[in-house]
Amino acid sequence: MTETKSFVEIRHAQKSYGTLEVLKDISLNVERGQIVAIIGPSGSGKSTLLRAINDLDPLTGGEVWLDGVQVNKNLPHNQYEKHINQMRQDIGMVFQHFNLFPHLSVRDNVTMAPKLLKKISDKEADKLAEEQLDHVGMLERIDYYPAQLSGGQKQRVAIARALAMKPKLMLFDEATSALDPELVEEVNLVMKKLAQEHMTMIIVTHEMDFAASVCDRVLFMDKGVVVEEGPPEQVFKNPTQERTRNFLRKHLEGAK
Amino acid sequence: MGLDFSVIPPFYGTLLLGVLWTIAITAASALLSFFGGILLAVIALYAPAIIRLPVRFIAWLFMGTPLLLQLFLIYFGLVQIGIDLPAFVAGVIGLGFHFAVYNSELIQTAMLAVDKGQMEAARTLGLSRRQALVKVVVPQAVRDVLPPIGNNMIALLKDSALVSVIGVSELTLSAQRAIGQTYRAFEFYAAAAVLYYIINLGMEAVIRWFENRNRLYR
Repeated sequence: MTETKSFVEIRHAQKSYGTLEVLKDISLNVERGQIVAIIGPSGSGKSTLLRAINDLDPLTGGEVWLDGVQVNKNLPHNQYEKHINQMRQDIGMVFQHFNLFPHLSVRDNVTMAPKLLKKISDKEADKLAEEQLDHVGMLERIDYYPAQLSGGQKQRVAIARALAMKPKLMLFDEATSALDPELVEEVNLVMKKLAQEHMTMIIVTHEMDFAASVCDRVLFMDKGVVVEEGPPEQVFKNPTQERTRNFLRKHLEGAK
Repeated sequence: MGLDFSVIPPFYGTLLLGVLWTIAITAASALLSFFGGILLAVIALYAPAIIRLPVRFIAWLFMGTPLLLQLFLIYFGLVQIGIDLPAFVAGVIGLGFHFAVYNSELIQTAMLAVDKGQMEAARTLGLSRRQALVKVVVPQAVRDVLPPIGNNMIALLKDSALVSVIGVSELTLSAQRAIGQTYRAFEFYAAAAVLYYIINLGMEAVIRWFENRNRLYR
């Protein structure tokens, strides 16, 4: 039972708030370097599933494994806190509303966690900040504050902040949904770059074109279950389920 | 007996010493009230009931009783249970805790107003709850309430005159001593008032400097 085969494994994930069941027995395997998109209407449970992977929204049943280690281990409170803090260092997360630290410069946003948790020197931290910000094209804004940046720039810094911890897995929770349309592309480009570098990514998104172009696999969720799962060309072009077809049709109409 | 301000110059030394003591007690109390306020706010929001409730009770005592009475109690009262504090220390504790309670109310509200995505982002990077509070939530909350905390600090400066009653030779007591020798109440109280006003201007400049340092963050 403890044997894992895939890099990321979600086994029988279940989550309920009282009598409301938002995740119903969901299982998902992601291989190293794979990119999986989760799509679905709002309230389908896709963000909840994503946030369960790093235990931001703890599951009420089921297991999450990363690289052979169970993330949501059953441990006494204090031990569990240590364990989960350690696990989260390996799981980067990018939020819809960026959640940059407004009181810190771009540089300090990127280096705060590595300095605190990996005890790197100021010099190493500066080098790390420069590398990571260069990677997302934000090096020239290193001494700015978040309030001085556009939404797209903020999200690129947030990605650099997550990457600075050298995570094994990146989670994107509607990373471009809060952006003005003209700013979406710069963030998508950074995500595509990560894809080319074989970063393992799980992406909750409303952007079907982006999902189709970068993802290895697409999950369509509705009402807490995975309705359909497969390569993007199958899910988008030849969906087998009525619910998937309805969702995609509505989405296309919405886009026009 | 008319007004004669020429009585003041011989007491320049006395008054200057009073100014220095007032600045010292205000600065020490301000620091205590600032960091004590943060600590009280964190306790009020996050500590288990066994710590939180007694601390809240003491905070409520500091808020609900006159500062003058608190100073008497700390300086004259504690001696009876074997705690003999120097007047300066008793004054700093009284003023510091009194204003720490007011500051903590401000900081608590501001901590609750910090977007919960901030805590989530910090925890996601692997920070513990405590690290996230220290590095992310508290610094933002404090920056958000710097202006009202500044107002509290100005009130603290003015209330520092109360410690004259327990014998700290600050500005008010210095003026009283000069009056004791010259019987010139108006001249020396007026001089003290002018000096308080000047210290206040300096204090406002310090507060403005802190606020300006945070301009980029808005």
